This record gives sequence, structure tokens and C-alpha cells, in this order.
Amino acid sequence: MTDQTPPRTVPRMSATFTPEINAEIRRAAATGIYDIRGGGAKRRVPHFDDLLFLGASISRYPLEGYRETCDTRVTLGTRFARKPITLDIPVTIAGMSFGALSGNAKEALGRGATMAGTSTTTGDGGMTEEERGHSRTLVYQVLPSRYGMNPDDLRRADAIEVVVGQGAKPGGGGMLLGQKITDRVAEMRTLPKGIDQRSACRHPDWTGPDDLEIKILELREITGWEKPIYVKIGGTRPYYDTMLAIKAGADVVVLDGMQGGTAATQDVFIEHVGLPTLACIRPAVKALQDMGMHRDGVQLVVSGGIRTGADVAKALALGADAVAIGTAAMVALGDNDPRYEAEYQALGSTAGAYDDWHEGRDPAGITTQDPALAARLDPVAAGRRLRNYLAVLTLEAQTIARACGHNHLHNLEPEDLCALTVEAAAMAGVPMAGTDWVPGRGF
Amino acid sequence: MQTLDMATTPLREVNATLQAAKDQTNATEWEVLNPRGSHAVAVGLDGPISVTVRGSTGYYTAGMNKQAQVTVAGSAGPGVAENMMSGTVVIEGDASQYAGATGRGGLLVIKGNAASRCGISMKGIDIVVGGNIGHMSAFMAQAGNLVVLGDAGDALGDSLYEARIFVRGSVKSLGADCVEKDMRPEHAEILRDLLARAGIDADPSEFRRYGSARKLYNFNIDNASAY
Repeated sequence: MTDQTPPRTVPRMSATFTPEINAEIRRAAATGIYDIRGGGAKRRVPHFDDLLFLGASISRYPLEGYRETCDTRVTLGTRFARKPITLDIPVTIAGMSFGALSGNAKEALGRGATMAGTSTTTGDGGMTEEERGHSRTLVYQVLPSRYGMNPDDLRRADAIEVVVGQGAKPGGGGMLLGQKITDRVAEMRTLPKGIDQRSACRHPDWTGPDDLEIKILELREITGWEKPIYVKIGGTRPYYDTMLAIKAGADVVVLDGMQGGTAATQDVFIEHVGLPTLACIRPAVKALQDMGMHRDGVQLVVSGGIRTGADVAKALALGADAVAIGTAAMVALGDNDPRYEAEYQALGSTAGAYDDWHEGRDPAGITTQDPALAARLDPVAAGRRLRNYLAVLTLEAQTIARACGHNHLHNLEPEDLCALTVEAAAMAGVPMAGTDWVPGRGF
Repeated sequence: MQTLDMATTPLREVNATLQAAKDQTNATEWEVLNPRGSHAVAVGLDGPISVTVRGSTGYYTAGMNKQAQVTVAGSAGPGVAENMMSGTVVIEGDASQYAGATGRGGLLVIKGNAASRCGISMKGIDIVVGGNIGHMSAFMAQAGNLVVLGDAGDALGDSLYEARIFVRGSVKSLGADCVEKDMRPEHAEILRDLLARAGIDADPSEFRRYGSARKLYNFNIDNASAY
């Protein structure tokens, strides 16, 4: 007997209306509010993984991995500041606020950065004693909200960072929802306890590059022209924004791509606004070169998705002077650790995907103001983990630089790189692997 | 009286001299001549000194002031007394945009008019304006008092937190979540004290008080149209 059932169409899932998209539509329909989360862009975008180093061979010779020096130091603020800062490694800790992070987490960042010989940075909540006390080199952010801003903290900072934008949300302000506005956070920010804080998206007392130049003048006058002044921009129009930051008088430009994290903002903002980090670096470097400032006046710090020493080396090879890490530093402290898997599951997430940082229920005790959860993070041990991680990033970057024949990380150059994809080749301005073709530069 | 003449003395030297004055005991009275619209004049002061700037100034005059009494015998540009911590700043003429922005303490007196965004994001400063103020004043104001003897422009107190606003004249429109509130005796007392400290003779009963309705403190989708 033969089967008379006619062939049927196999159920076909839509590539447009994916299960993830449909779930979000159902969530939006049920709640009427956009999804808020922490972190940076999760979508796949061209990134440092799409680049490879060529290494040395006959045409150039390598340095001995364990015998020949490969310097990692970087000096920031050489343009105008009377006291530039010198870091042992070109990997800094990006701005993250007390409020978004627990006091223990901020202390751990300071401890780890200091042991590694690098800087850490305040955030949208002012400077805490824990942070200042444990950070040898501390960068103080001047943000649109100006929460906790005061001239004493400006003067006891080692550098000042005027935050214009952030890669996760260029054009948007920060959020800190009521669960995290505790008594201490509320007092520091002069806000009522428990409100949903939405920070301003632009500065209250200046708009545009001409005003910024005067704002920087004021900050220099208040601090006696001692401190390096950084200007942080989100990756949107990196050539023009870098040029305008230089014109406004910045000592350092910090450029944050869309993979850079935030404490909390709309998911639609994180995933759909801004440029991938890889696409930002070369235009910014070109602006520095066109202004005669590259590696000779204004330093460039790149952030957004830096995870490995290879990423560090690639960012420097493309022209950055240093990088900044945020998400990776949190993971080093203990964020999204699988040992808390049962608790992540209870929160409707899983280790590695947990991003509801705004809810303040972080099992790892990092993105929380809950005293019991925050106590889970030992700032000494977590600081040590961060120190170790920073050491590995540095060793890995040195390994690559030596293999390319360089005795300083800053001697890495685009010529050391090739790309695995057309997109990455175009963004990085390096040839496709095995060819001499750089998209956009003809054949 | 010590004199600094900006016709011959660079801004850096003027500010460094005034900033260092906190450690001196016999030089508490200063005057600055020929400011000629300079930016960042008398910023970052931190001592019980008195500074009179004879002429009009540019951006950020007396920015982040602590303790000092700074008087501008002229008008001031944008961001006067921004982020002031304490002390007193008096502008004899008019002030441009963002006067007293993010100020955390002290008293700012503007005898003339103030342009838009006066008291934006103020965090505890007291501001008294003898004339009118422009649009979006006290935007996102968190704490402190804004007193206006004249009229207020559009969207007064938009997205206000806990700051108080007192206006004697008309208000063109109120911003999101800003409402008129009863003037209770304790508010009249606060206002009376502010007017006295500002050296202004006015009757508190002629003012109306505005503050936050506190409806937007926590996000509610039903309030989305308010933004």
C-alpha cells in the first residue's frame, strides 16, 4: 500500500518576522512602553574580528617575544594641559556612574585600574570617595546633567572629560530608573528618591562648537590649565565631530562606537542609532591628520566593543592612541557570570544575555544599589580580576606588535592589517586579505 | 581695594589672582576694569572676597563660584554663575541665556532681564530676576528658588522637579508638569527673605507660586502625550 497523503509545505519561519521580533511585538502590545536595557548594540556589525594582522616575514622582521622591549605607555593631554597624564598601558576604564554601578563596583574599577597603571572615569552621578580614593588616575566627567558637579572635584581630578555623546545612544541622555535612586544616589544628584531619572541629552549652558570652546576655556581657568580636557563623542559623524572637538580645544578626543554600553536606554536607540566602532576610527584619524594633530598634539581614545588584546592592537594600528573598556571591565569584575545562572533564569534571562541593569537586581552585585546584592562583590578580589584582565590585554597586544616587528604599540599601523570582508576593508581602509584592493580606492 | 585691569592683564592672571585671594587676609576687595565682554571672568573663586567687574562680560562670568561676592556693573553673557555653589553674584544689567544653570547654592541677582533657560537644571541656587525671563526657564529645575518680578516666557518650569518658582507678572505658558500652586505662609516667608537678600522692595502677596505636579516623576504610558 502506498501513502496517499500529498506532500505538504514545510512550515516556514519569516526572516523578517522572526520569533524574537514577534516576541517584542507581543511585549510592546501588552505593556505600551519601549524596551529599556543596558549594554551596547548586540546586533552583528563589522568589527575588529573582521581584520587580521599580517605579521612579519622576509619583508620585515619580528621582535623576540620574551626578550625585546615593546613599550605600552601613552601620554594624554600634551596639547594644552600643564599636567598631562601618562598611563602604563593604553587601555583605560570608561565612564560608568555610581548609581548605575554599586559603590563596591566603582571601588573595584579604581583598584584594578590603579594596579594596572591606568585610569578610571566617573560617570553621570558625580565623584565618590571610594572612587577617588582607590584611583591613582581619575578622569572626571562633565555631563549634560551635571549631577554632583562641583569645582572641588574638578580640581582633584587628574583629567576632565566633557561628554557630548555616547556610542550606545548618540543624541540621547541617560536613564536611571527609580529602583536605583536610593537615598545616597538621590542626595548626590539632588533628586527625589525613587523617581525615574532621565538625564538631559545636551548641555545646559552651551550648544555647538563655538560655545564648547568657551566652556573648555572656563574649565581650564577654574583648574589653572593643569588638567587634560577630553571631549567624548558618540560615533555618528566622526570626521566632523573630531575636527570640531579639536577646534574647540580638546586635548583628547574619546570616540565611542555603537557597541559601547550604557547603563540604561531604549533598545531601539542602542540598536539603530550610531556607527560601529570599526567605522569610526579611520574618519577620526583622518580629521586628526588633516588638522596636523595625529600622534602629535591631540590623542584619540577609542571605545565600544574592545574585548581582547587583538582588539586593542587593531584599534591602535588604525590610529587610536588608547582604548577604553566598559562592558569588558564589568565582565572581568563578575558581570553575567554563569555561576549565577539560576538567578539569571529567575529574572527571565541567562548568563551572558542579562542586560536589565536598570532594574537594579543584578545577581553579580555590580549594576545595583541593593545593599545585599552589592555586598556580593568583593572590591579587592574583583579589582584583582580586572588587573589580571588588563594585564592579559596588554600582553596580547604586545605579542601581536612584536610579531609585526614593532617596539611600541603605537608603531602598529594600518599597513599591518588586512580585512576578511569587503565591509570591514572599506571601513578600516585596509586591503581585502590576499589582495591589494581597498574598497573605495579603485583597483 | 585692589585693581586688575584687563586692558593690560591677561585673563589667566586675573583669575589666578582672584582664585588665590582666599589665602590672603588683607586683600578682600577687588575690582576688575575693562572686561570688554571677556569670557570666564572671575570663575572658580573660593574665598570670602568681593569682586566688582566694571563693564559687561561674556560667557560664564563667576562660574562655579564659592563664597565670593561678585558684582557685574554691566550686563553678563550666557551661563553667568553656572553651577554656583555659594556666595552671591549680582548683575546690575541684563543676563543672557542659561543664567544660573545647574547652580547648587548661593544667590544670583539679575537686576535687569534674563534671556531663555534662566535657572536650567538648577540644583539649589536661589535666583532673583528684577525684570522678565525668557522661554524654557527653570527647565528640569531640581531644587532652589527662582523669583521673577516681571513676566515669564513660554514653557516655564518644563519637567520641573522640586524647585520653586515665584512670578509677579504674567506667565506666557507653563511647561510639562509645571502647575500653579497655593502660596502658603511658609512660601511667602521664603519669598520675603529672598527679596530682602536681593535688596528688592516688593510685596510677596503680589506673586504667584509654581511647582511640579509630580505626575511625570515615574514613567507612565498614559502620560506619554505630556512630553
